[in-house]
Amino acid sequence: MEALIDAVGLHTYYGASHILHGVDFRVGRGETVCLMGRNGMGKTTTLRSLLGLTRARRGTVTVRGRDMTRADPSAIARQGIAYVPEGRGIFAGLSVREHLIMAERPGPDGRREWTAERVLDYFPRLAERLDNQGTNLSGGEQQMLSIGRALLTNPDVLVLDEATEGLAPLIRRDIWNVIRAIKATGIATVIVDKNVKVLLDLTDRSVIMVKGRVVYDGPSAELKADPGVLQTHIGL
Amino acid sequence: MDFTFFLIQALNGVQYGLLLFLIASGLTLIFGIMHVINLAHGAFYMVGAYLVWSLTGVFDSFVVAILAGIVCAAALGWVIERFLVIHLYNRDHLDQVLLTYGLILVLNEVQRMMFGSDVHGVAVPSMVAASIPLTDTLSYPVYRLVLAGVCLALAFAMYWIIQRTRLGMWIRAGAANREMTASLGIDIRRLNALVFAAGTALAAFAGMIAAPLSSVYPGMGDNVIIISFVVVVIGGIGSVKGAFLGALAIGLTDTFGRVLLPEMSSVMVYALMAAVLLWKPNGLFARA
Repeated sequence: MEALIDAVGLHTYYGASHILHGVDFRVGRGETVCLMGRNGMGKTTTLRSLLGLTRARRGTVTVRGRDMTRADPSAIARQGIAYVPEGRGIFAGLSVREHLIMAERPGPDGRREWTAERVLDYFPRLAERLDNQGTNLSGGEQQMLSIGRALLTNPDVLVLDEATEGLAPLIRRDIWNVIRAIKATGIATVIVDKNVKVLLDLTDRSVIMVKGRVVYDGPSAELKADPGVLQTHIGL
Repeated sequence: MDFTFFLIQALNGVQYGLLLFLIASGLTLIFGIMHVINLAHGAFYMVGAYLVWSLTGVFDSFVVAILAGIVCAAALGWVIERFLVIHLYNRDHLDQVLLTYGLILVLNEVQRMMFGSDVHGVAVPSMVAASIPLTDTLSYPVYRLVLAGVCLALAFAMYWIIQRTRLGMWIRAGAANREMTASLGIDIRRLNALVFAAGTALAAFAGMIAAPLSSVYPGMGDNVIIISFVVVVIGGIGSVKGAFLGALAIGLTDTFGRVLLPEMSSVMVYALMAAVLLWKPNGLFARA
């Protein structure tokens, strides 16, 4: 499977704190990967290192075969990596419509499969709120806006960090349905979430992190069949 | 105070306010988006005045001198951002103040070396050199009205760009959350350079069109930078709309203060700032 993201031996620090200790992480085209681990194990730092938001001091990040280790986050994003951050990253002062207009662009190979119309078909509630400020939406609507905005960049990989956190169960179910639908379109996804059961059903591959190191990297189906691994590393 | 006199002062106040807006809008964008305190912004006003004075001599046309001056000022801003300001983004405000204060000293010294310490005059273009008679004894210069009109047109153009175009949305998004904006593939470094160059050009343009009214003299930017920061604080950091209203309020307060309460005029703008901050501690249109 062609590797869209291939990170090797990442060592990332926050100041003097050594957070990632030689993390390897790979995402293939169309693959759905979940990143699991207890709080503070380095999941978000791994995502941030892949996206260039927190630069790794050692190791390499290759995106679509290009070395992006020292690249600016915007250059990495333009290689087809879209980010739905923890906290949603909604811009104060921009309406829903403006969020969609400012984000829309062709993918790295010129594709324009995702348009504002298609995103609004996926998220009809956004269509009703186009002129509202993004920050005035409910948590679920903000998450839909964050995902819709990311899709409008026509990515090859969608990185979702805690996409269902703090949402009501019904809204959470809607978000998971949307992620399933996105997966069906062939977009690769990297998901960090606390809902291990859904992750194991949804994803092709699971990666478990403990104290900044990858301790498991294998098919989600195998992990699901071996609860001992989850018990050991995540406490479930 | 009769109505004509009041009208003249009001026009002067609005015109001064609009001129301040040109300077303060760039300052507020640079601070709001790039999080850089640029003390040298007033020096760009001076650079603009000297540019138009020297280029008028070269081109023999005020309008051509302004157009050429805008290009030069934008290029200067671009170079300063690429080579100096770019190192300040991850530094604290003290470092920014030190570097941009140093830039004031350098620009002032370059000005003295190139143009000396004399005061120079720039002639009002003959096309707009007339005055409109208001009474038998009072008249109002057409140039001041043209200046106010140009500033207003620029204010509307900026409003349109910032509120209605994708570039404006990127600028506002960048001001709200740089990291997220970059994660959408928008090149924040290029956006920063563009905003800094545009801010420099706006401040220089203000210096250019003010030159026929205020003369051209060393250190003329030092006087406007403090009052421009007052405008930015009143309007709310990063808000162009706030800068517009803040600049008009300061322009009118300063102008009427000088006429009505001359002994208090120097403190009136600061009293206005204090009053606004007591009412809205983050300024009139601070971002959430």
